[in-house]
Parts: sequence; structure tokens; C-alpha cells
Amino acid sequence: MNADPLLRVENLTVAFKSDGNLIPVVDGIAFSVPRGRTVGLVGESGSGKTMTAHAVMRLLPPSVKITTGRIAFEGIDLATAGEPEMQHIRGDRIGMIFQEPMTSLNPTMRVGDQIAEMLLLHRAMSRRAAEPQVIAMLRKVGIGSPELRSAQFPHELSGGLRQRVMIAMALICGPKLLIADEPTTALDVTIQAQILELLRSLRNALGLSILLITHDLGVIAELCDEVVVIYAGRVAEKGPVAQVLGQPRHPYTAGLLAASPRRSRRGAPLAAIPGLVPSPGERGVGCTFLRRCPRRLDRCATITPTLSATINGSAAACWNPVA
Amino acid sequence: MTALLAVDAMTKDYPTRGSAGILRAVDQVSLSLEPGETLGIVGESGCGKSTLARLILRLIEPTSGTVRFMGTDLTALSGRAMRSHRRNMQIVFQDPYASLDPRMSVGSIIAEPLDIHSVGDRQARWRRVTELLDLVGLSPAVAGRYPHEFSGGQRQRIGIARALALDPKLVVLDEPVSALDVSIQAQILNLLLELKGRLNLSYIFISHDLSVIEHVSDRVAVMYLGRIVEMGPAEAVFDRPLHPYTRALIAAIPGAADRERTVLRGDPPSPERLPSGCHFHPRCPMARELCRETAPVLRLIEQNRRAECHFAVPVDIQTQASI
Repeated sequence: MNADPLLRVENLTVAFKSDGNLIPVVDGIAFSVPRGRTVGLVGESGSGKTMTAHAVMRLLPPSVKITTGRIAFEGIDLATAGEPEMQHIRGDRIGMIFQEPMTSLNPTMRVGDQIAEMLLLHRAMSRRAAEPQVIAMLRKVGIGSPELRSAQFPHELSGGLRQRVMIAMALICGPKLLIADEPTTALDVTIQAQILELLRSLRNALGLSILLITHDLGVIAELCDEVVVIYAGRVAEKGPVAQVLGQPRHPYTAGLLAASPRRSRRGAPLAAIPGLVPSPGERGVGCTFLRRCPRRLDRCATITPTLSATINGSAAACWNPVA
Repeated sequence: MTALLAVDAMTKDYPTRGSAGILRAVDQVSLSLEPGETLGIVGESGCGKSTLARLILRLIEPTSGTVRFMGTDLTALSGRAMRSHRRNMQIVFQDPYASLDPRMSVGSIIAEPLDIHSVGDRQARWRRVTELLDLVGLSPAVAGRYPHEFSGGQRQRIGIARALALDPKLVVLDEPVSALDVSIQAQILNLLLELKGRLNLSYIFISHDLSVIEHVSDRVAVMYLGRIVEMGPAEAVFDRPLHPYTRALIAAIPGAADRERTVLRGDPPSPERLPSGCHFHPRCPMARELCRETAPVLRLIEQNRRAECHFAVPVDIQTQASI
């Protein structure tokens, strides 16, 4: 048993250039994905969670660069790996699924051919030799009549089936790590439940590690062992899901949980977080949550809080954590 | 007390190119709304909830059925007569980015309904705009600014101010918080609940999000394939659902770990090829022969509660049967 985490992100900063200045979108983030575990990155729009995932896959837009940090994965630093090396890793050793399968699948190719292409590319297999594996994989992701489905085009499938096809494509080469970026956000709730159950059973059957990116704390609670709460490009709090969601220490985590109608009495005012997320250019010094925080102290405006362990096994970046 | 709104046997068909030739988007829907009440309409994509909203406001013409609003049959009115009734019924849309004209200032957007209905003189209209901005929590100083200068939550406030300009009795809210982050969603839900009390509004609140519907609604209607399959007081429907589809929807809410999980198999069928008998039977865990052959009707199961299921029984009998 290898005790090293499968993926270790250290001090990752991702920035874009604007008028000659480098503006950090992701600002010194660190977290690990242990082997066989599911880690969730949760945050609201603009938090930098998707940029973090894209940095790991090295799929950042051209104007956005990794400026500092390491992304250690099976002895390689993905932050500095060359594009040819990344092409071997993406799809083979790291599988990826995205929010909207319709935009990630090729509309002009039969789904079986798209899944087989991964084997043609990474295993130098012939299309004919790939066929039994494709059919077996479609069956594994819960698609009935796989021979029939394999010959269909993406538009002939429902949203739920398309996401299953994406998962089949991501896992056909047997990667150890699956990166899932909002995999159920575009789906109806009953279909979302199916896909979450599928991910859970595949993780157990294949011993997968999963990095899940979502805005939904409910999805985190369903699927993850550990959670990293991101706010304005920085880690606000991280730790085991039961601790972070059960006894949040960072006022932002506590605020997110309290703002959800799921936990409130019907019709009673929700505990809204006042104000807005600061945009990357206006984060300033001190804590980025400062202006929205009910627990701020004087020092929060001048000294940026660093992550420190709390009594219950989580870590929070806060000078005045929730007791 | 007479109902503010009474919808009777509302049906909307769309012609299609398929062999059936007809897609029934809304199928024999009847409902009523009392003054001061919030009726939540919940269902997955394609269930007809947004079409129903547009039929109620007569933004589209029904195939059959009637809408009585404040005692008048709207479906019988001419276009001109309809316009004067529109003052009393307004709509707020989901996407605050798409529903505001980017070339109009915020003040002009909010004043537009006043202009159309020739309310007051120019000065009076601007006074009203100032009042409305204040009402939705925006500074009157922003009247001269343009939609792109605002965040999603602020734009939704502008959309709400526009809907309230003419002092409507009924506001139809079509997924008003679905595009917003949870911390901002809570701000807008609080605003909507506060405005309802202050201005004596009645709401039809449409959402795919069960937690939001549970939070805001007095009564709930659950839609599946164009039909209401369950209707009743929110608390009763969420605590003790009568229809197997409602039970499955509630069980599918992610993070609801304490609820028993019944993952619904398959996708909803196409409304162009509806199943025989009960439209839910192919996905229903309790379907029997009767369900395949005979369509159930929406019937009274217990006081104030209706369900469209052959096997729905009052909750006290359910409890006895499980002992």
C-alpha cells in the first residue's frame, strides 16, 4: 500500500494577464487526493475551482498561466510537464468528465467509435480489437443494449445516457484518477441520483480516486470523503466531509450551509451572506471574505489568514473561526 | 373567499414532425390560487411547468381549457381587453442576463411597464422607479446604469422591480433563483418572501429545485409529463408524499442522507410517445398490471391532498400497512 497521495497540489497559483499585470485567479491553493478516496472542491462561481481542475489537466485557456506551485501525480510534476507528456496522461492515466456531455462529445461520431478512439490513441489498438472492451465498458456504466447504443450518435441519447457515455470514455483506459467537473449540474434530480450512484459504485469496483468539482454541498455530502472549500481563489477550509459540513469552522462554510433552504424552516428568512464575491482584481490584502464576514476582527483586514488545524481534524484559514 | 386564479382543464398541444403529430406539453391541468398564497410548481425538465406559466399569463394560447383571474375568464378576452388585465399579473424569468435589454438603462427597464400602461406623467414615473429600486434593495442612484454593470443577483432584483412596477396582484416566478449561487439565492428568496408580505402578493413559484419549492410554498403541485400528479400543502407533500414519483424526487435530493434512497430507473419518456395507462408506470417501482392498462385520475386522497395514482392511500393507512 502506497501511503503517498495519488495527486498532491502544492501552493498552486494560476493567473491571467490584464494590462500587463498578473491577476491571480487561484491564489496558493494546496490539497491532496489520497488513493481510493473522493475529494470535492466546492465553491461558488468565480471561486477558482474550475480553474484549479483545469490547471491539473493543463487545459487552461491561453491567457491563463500557472505561475507558481507543483502538481505531483505519480512522480511527475504536471505543472511543468510538456504538452506531449500531458497528451499521454490525459485520457489514459487521468480521466475527465465535464458538466455538459453534449459539448464534450463529437456530434458527428457514433458513441462507440468515440470511446474506442481512446484505446486506438493510448493503446494502439485496432477498432475491431477495441469493440469488446467498448461494449463491456458501456455495460459497466449501466447502459442497456450496449451494442445498439454503441452505434448511436450523441443527439440520439438522453442527457443521462450521454453522461454515462462520457464516463465510459473517461474510464476505458483504466485511469487511477477521475476528474469530474460539475458532472451532474446539467441533469434532472432523478438522473443526477443515478449518475452519483454510478460514480460511487465504479469508485468502489475500480478503486478509483476522484476529484469532484461542484457548487453543490449536497453532492459533496453524497459522494466525497474529503472536501476543500474554495473562496475567491483560496482554500477557506478543508478536511473530512463529516467534520467540515457537520461542524464548519470557517464563517464562509458556515454561511454557505446556513444559506441553503434545505436546512431552514419553511418560510423563515434564510441566513443570506451579504454582498458579493470580490472579483480577482479587487481581492486586496487580508482575508478575502472580510467584507462579508460576521466574525471579522481588526487583524483580518491586514494579515491574510493561513490554514491551521482545528480541533476536529479539519483546517480553516480564519483568525476567528466558528467555535 | 373566492380564488384569485382558477385554471381549469388547461391543455396545450404543439404540432411535431413525428408520426404522432402532436406533443402534449400541458395535459388537463387544473389548479387554483388564493389571495396571498404561494403555489409551488415543481418537476423535471420537459414536464410542462414553464409552458403552464405562460398559459396562465396567456403569453401563449391554450389548445383548450380556461383561466379565470379575479373573476374574469382571460381565455375569452380580446387582445386589448387582455392588456388591461396584464397589469395585475407579472412574470419574473430565470435568466437575469437574457431578460433585461442590454441597451436600456436600469431606470428605463423598470419604467417600461409604466410607459406602456401610461401610468402618471414622466416625473411620477421616475419617482416610482426610485421607490421600486429602494424596495428591491438597490440604490436609486443606479437608475442610469446598464445591466452589464450588475451581478446576477442584482439583475434579478432589477427584474423583480420591473415586475412590481404596476402593483400586480399575481407574480409568476419562473425559476427565479436557478441561475444564482447559493449565497445570492438566499438573498433573493428572502427578498421575494418579504415583498410578498409587504405588498400582499400571490405567487406561482416554478422551480426544478425541491428544496427551494419546499422553502417558499404554501401548497405544492408536482408535474410529470404535462400532468399534475400530486398536489397538497407543502409540509404534507414533503413529509408524507402520496405519489411514488414525488417520493422518488424527494429521495433524489443530494445530501438527504437520512431519507431512504429509491433511485428511479431510466429517463422520462418523450412526451411525443407517451406510455399507455399511467404515464409514470415504466419508471414506477410499484407499477402493476392495472397501471399499464388504465390511466389514473387526480383524485382526493385525504383532506386537501390529491394524487394521480391507483394505489395512493391516506398516510395513516400507509403507516398501518408498513407495520
